[in-house]
Amino acid sequence: MKILVAVKRVIDYNVQIRVKEDGSGVVTDNVKMSTNPPDDNAIEEAVKIKEAGKASEIIAISVGDEKAQETVRKALAVGADKGILVKADGIIEPLAVSKILKKIVEKEKPDLVFMGKQAIDDDCNQTGQMLAALLNWPQATFASKIEVKEKSLEVTREIDEGLETLEVNIPAIVTCDLRLNEPRYASLPNIMKAKKKPIEQINASDLGVDTKPRIEQIKVEEPPKRKAGIKVASVEELVHKLKNEAKVI
Amino acid sequence: MSVLLIAEHNNKDIKPFTFNAISAASKINEDVHVLVLGSNSDSVAKSISEVPNVKKVIHINNEIYENYLAENYTSVITKLSSSYSHIICSANTFGKNLMPRIAALLDVSQVSDIIKVISEDTFLRPIYAGNAFATVKSNDKIKCVTVRPTSFDPAPTSGGSAEIQNGDPGDATQLSKFVKKEEIKSDRPELGTARIVVSGGRGMQSGENFKLITAVADKLNAAIGASRAAVDAGYITNDHQVGQTGKVVVPDLYIAIGISGAIQHLAGMKESKVIVAINKDGEAPIFSVADYGLEADLFDALPKFLEELNKLNTIQK
Repeated sequence: MKILVAVKRVIDYNVQIRVKEDGSGVVTDNVKMSTNPPDDNAIEEAVKIKEAGKASEIIAISVGDEKAQETVRKALAVGADKGILVKADGIIEPLAVSKILKKIVEKEKPDLVFMGKQAIDDDCNQTGQMLAALLNWPQATFASKIEVKEKSLEVTREIDEGLETLEVNIPAIVTCDLRLNEPRYASLPNIMKAKKKPIEQINASDLGVDTKPRIEQIKVEEPPKRKAGIKVASVEELVHKLKNEAKVI
Repeated sequence: MSVLLIAEHNNKDIKPFTFNAISAASKINEDVHVLVLGSNSDSVAKSISEVPNVKKVIHINNEIYENYLAENYTSVITKLSSSYSHIICSANTFGKNLMPRIAALLDVSQVSDIIKVISEDTFLRPIYAGNAFATVKSNDKIKCVTVRPTSFDPAPTSGGSAEIQNGDPGDATQLSKFVKKEEIKSDRPELGTARIVVSGGRGMQSGENFKLITAVADKLNAAIGASRAAVDAGYITNDHQVGQTGKVVVPDLYIAIGISGAIQHLAGMKESKVIVAINKDGEAPIFSVADYGLEADLFDALPKFLEELNKLNTIQK
């Protein structure tokens, strides 16, 4: 069984982002970048399945500019066997990414595609479901547990009401939640080995996918700031303020 | 052209966020049609028809809709889509799972999680965990939009009498099947719609200690929330998680206890009207968004807090 894992390079989750003064977006120059956190869970799960002898090959793919290669390289250091970088500049909307991934799926013929449930930059939460639709594959989103069976997966999903379990036939798309597993760190020897693993580079335009954004981003601004609050000295003062000043209890 | 809203329900009751999504849909266009896909779900269709904002209910009753599978929903919705300018649902786990599957088949770039309708094609949405707001304009012929429910007031539930039209089901998927749902039932207000939320974080130190939070929540008739750290540590189940990848809440009062206030947690609660933080680390980022901060050991403060609440003659419900 072959697993394709899609990873995205995003601003590191610990960085306090800054909005550009001209309203055209957020500052990304000289900002720490990392793998989108739930994409780390997606890679980890694929590696665990391979370690359990249920998968033979893991391909890591990223769509983005030249630097997205680092994100693919990190996936290789954690256990992916080969990498693909589809080069595209500017904002690539989830619809375009899913069309690119469809082309790669048709070429590489994986049995499963894993990715994080949501990218922490645009917060869209779309790509996996869109790819599933375009391929007419079943989807299991927000996965917190995956059990590989002979011709299907049993996936536990985190939903608003609690947990739901679905059985999806293989081939399938799974989008991963942060509680699916604990992503491992790449060891130094594995980082060195990853440097020798192949990364195939493809231009998005060569795949015949139109990546022009459909959505116009008119402006990006800072959200309204909250008024500074106060520190209270005691529980009594807190309750008094909530009752008589804020009037919420 | 009209707007098609996809209802979320359990064949018996309508999920509350459907009403928030209806109110967002009415801001786009007053001609709101609601699609109810269900099995033995007549009562749901009838209740929706009583929402004054709703002009028509399309009810498709078939056993393939007994449990919600995005694959089954998608085939019928894409068939109906040609008569509509917009397809809308809530940006909760129901709508997030469903809408992109519809959008991709219609070759539409979806607009996720809007918090404001600026015009019928332009919307405001948070990005980067709510640390920036983007104004975006959709140029697709049909617009697929998910709505952050807590940013819109729920539509009134009675006084209307929309026509209920029965429709034919779409194809049933052979690709996936529902196995089970483990729903956590509680008599408390729902986290997403509660007036008061009391949340615990890693500072609670154990699941057992959450009983301190439960006692305060009982007193205030509040829902119980949690940070991701508390859920990851197994103190409480995932349905309580507030944050960028959990639930977004906007209560009148949010009480954060033993929560440091990572960006990802703030994303889920910083629009609350009044925020209280109780934390022994005076430098914790949660204090930067708190209206009232109490720097104290929560194990001393919580019992005292409950005692003080008990002294009050009245507590708002």
